[in-house]
Amino acid sequence: MYLTNPAPGQIDRIRAVLFVLCLLPLARLFHGALENELGANPIEFIQRSLGTWTFNFLLITLAVTPLRKATGCHWLIRLRRMFGLFAFFYATMHFLNWLVLDQFFDWRAIVLDIVKRPYITVGFTAFLLMLPLAATSSSAMVKRLGGRRWQNLHRTAYAIAILGTVHYWWLVKKDITLPLVYTALVALLLGLRALWRQQERQRQAGGAYGLAGPLPRPQVSVVKFMPRRK
Amino acid sequence: MLIKCPPDIAPSEITPPTVYAQRREFLKTSAALAAGALLGGGRNQAHAAQRFADVRPSPYSVLEKPNSYRDITSYNNFSEFGFDKSDPAERAPRMKTRPWSVSIDGMVKKPRTLAIEDILTLAPLEERIYRLRCVETWSMVIPWVGFPLARLLKQAEPLGSAKFVAFHTVLDRESMPMLRFPLLEWPYAEGLRLDEAMHPLTIVAVGLYGEELPNQNGAPIRLVVPWKYGFKSAKSLVRIRFTDTQPETAWHRAQPEEYGFYANVNPDVSHPRWSQSSERRIGDFFKRKTLPFNGYAEQVAQLYAGMDLGKYY
Repeated sequence: MYLTNPAPGQIDRIRAVLFVLCLLPLARLFHGALENELGANPIEFIQRSLGTWTFNFLLITLAVTPLRKATGCHWLIRLRRMFGLFAFFYATMHFLNWLVLDQFFDWRAIVLDIVKRPYITVGFTAFLLMLPLAATSSSAMVKRLGGRRWQNLHRTAYAIAILGTVHYWWLVKKDITLPLVYTALVALLLGLRALWRQQERQRQAGGAYGLAGPLPRPQVSVVKFMPRRK
Repeated sequence: MLIKCPPDIAPSEITPPTVYAQRREFLKTSAALAAGALLGGGRNQAHAAQRFADVRPSPYSVLEKPNSYRDITSYNNFSEFGFDKSDPAERAPRMKTRPWSVSIDGMVKKPRTLAIEDILTLAPLEERIYRLRCVETWSMVIPWVGFPLARLLKQAEPLGSAKFVAFHTVLDRESMPMLRFPLLEWPYAEGLRLDEAMHPLTIVAVGLYGEELPNQNGAPIRLVVPWKYGFKSAKSLVRIRFTDTQPETAWHRAQPEEYGFYANVNPDVSHPRWSQSSERRIGDFFKRKTLPFNGYAEQVAQLYAGMDLGKYY
């Protein structure tokens, strides 16, 4: 079927379209800044928007595996790296906007904020944890680390998502609607994984005769569905 | 000797273009209102901003350049309408500000309920160009129109035993969607010590840029205490009460470790989650240092002589 098994050329086209779409939030900010449409406090607006989009891409990245399992569209895994890198890209812009536009390289204030303001400590930690993931995102690095070690390292994404929610809770005054929504989504995405893990354990404990039979180990599929460039 | 003169041209006379545009809109609305009134249906129409006829300059005004009308009326904290800065401008216009009255009671000789029309005639209106520093570390300069709060308070003849003044914002369930959520305790409550309330810098504001206050800025009457963080300056007042005990205030009740009763602007006392040492003036790129008492230390520091401002934050 087309959706469950598109041709490699089609996946490339889908990825190209999504790549452009993923840049739209940034384009909107540039446009708004040039047209002076970001409200009375544009630096704050930019900071919030970049933070929100970091989180959105983090959630999209974490949703790929559950979506694959639910729909059987295993080719989705070939989009995941791009989403993950966009999460890192928006996190970097979020960090740089704070460093440059907000604090304007006031290093004393920056260090004090990181040390003394818990929501910044947590956000900064999450950003640091993203660095090794971005650095090992290439297919060559997957090979070099080996699928299993690579996957263990990239499970840091779960911690990053949790730190992201804490960052959000601690920065708002009383408007907890959005932190609640994001926490619920993170809980859902991580909860599913905990559930699978438990099912896997039960399956192993009770012999290999589950209803659907043993599932392929996820780390195998990671390697299998990595795009191969010729 | 340097003699300070108020600027020849008050900022209210230099009308920003947005206000011009609004005035045209106002003329149109007035025409529509007049037509509506003739047909007997104009009663509940939102009334358009009126320009005050006679507003005097004040020696208490700062000489800094006021923020634009657009910034002041589009970037607001007014929790009853929502927590986004754009929510008040979007939703507050639905609030009805006529008829309106303010009751003054508690430890007073003459409890009073004053109609807004009468309040407007209590004292000559002054233009007070004040700095406003928000606890969220942004600031503005705002040309308020108002008069000293003391002039209003004296109407009720407070008793000698009164030590504090409490302020309540209106509860308008029809226009204020956040009243359904117990995020803060409603009505929004604020309070001042009596000497703070009687201080000549403390005003009730009824206008902005020479015109009636827009609803999102706290129409028809609000408190302005320029040396305290913005949340102290309660909006859309309906009740003022004299007490002999320190009244509970909205943000202090919600998060006592973050928001104190005094809430004087103080660069040396950090909010637990952010430093208060600097601020971004809306419209500026670079941050500036925050001044003790928001730059009004000369006038108000003596109110707190001997007090530990780290403890009474």
